[in-house]
Amino acid sequence: MSHIVIDETRCKGCGLCTIACPRKLVAMSDTPNSMGYTVAVFCDAEKCTGCALCAEMCPDVAIAVFKDK
Amino acid sequence: MKQVFQKPESLKDVQTHFCPGCSHGSVHRLAAEAMDEFGIRAETIGVASVGCSVFLYSYFDVDVIEAPHGRAPAVATGAKRARPDRIVFTYQGDGDLAAIGTAEIIHAANRGEDITVIFVNNTTYGMTGGQMAPTTMVGQKTSTSPYGRDQNKDGYPIRMAELLAQLEGVGFSARVAVNSPKNVMQAKKLMKTAFQYQVEKKGFSFIEVLAVCPTNWGMSPLAANEHLGNEMIPYFPLGVYRNTSNL
Repeated sequence: MSHIVIDETRCKGCGLCTIACPRKLVAMSDTPNSMGYTVAVFCDAEKCTGCALCAEMCPDVAIAVFKDK
Repeated sequence: MKQVFQKPESLKDVQTHFCPGCSHGSVHRLAAEAMDEFGIRAETIGVASVGCSVFLYSYFDVDVIEAPHGRAPAVATGAKRARPDRIVFTYQGDGDLAAIGTAEIIHAANRGEDITVIFVNNTTYGMTGGQMAPTTMVGQKTSTSPYGRDQNKDGYPIRMAELLAQLEGVGFSARVAVNSPKNVMQAKKLMKTAFQYQVEKKGFSFIEVLAVCPTNWGMSPLAANEHLGNEMIPYFPLGVYRNTSNL
């Protein structure tokens, strides 16, 4: 099933991915990474289509996208 | 299962120093993707400016020359003339290109140097503390225009993509933005065109990228992206202003 993997060490918690996802499957967490930024989390793999818009918007290239063939 | 999005090979696998939401990371990625697309990583030479983009050599997996403030197009001219087999690009901010380096960019463009110039316009001097740049919007408050830019005293923001499109030496001039998925996709396409011009030896190419500086604008990354769409794009219209080879 299509999904994304967010690299928490690169995420700076800017939140741009949360508004890029047409299905609102990315949300901000309260968990800080080693830099102290609260990172984004992926919510619902069932609904992800692998469109990669979240990754296109991420300024820190923290998101890898996997798509079902 | 197929991986459809990953870090481009031309970018090093390191954390950047940019602030959260800064557009520089996106512009770096788009440029790196264009290099990957044409398979030119091994023969590319980047020329870094002074500003937040100064650490180009830490982030791009290509050879990089550090130029004095504003002089990247002049350094790139020398690099390209000495090594015409190499792909040479400069990466400059608006304080660097549109203020301190105005003479260099205009004459490099007018000579039609076979280089690619990536111009990141975030309407402020980012690294030095958010001073007013030639591209600062009328009314925009910065550390050197605390009451807002006054057009009677400070002039109007310079539209570099249109200005350079007037010059005969220029092959390609375009303006894109990275504030929304739609604009990023368009930016990706035109970034590739800008590099294609040099790969196919079609002449000087210039791409202006409208970017955000949430830190110096005093906004959240989300608000800054919205501001770019609502305030900057109406004054700095997106589009292709010159495309002599119709690539």
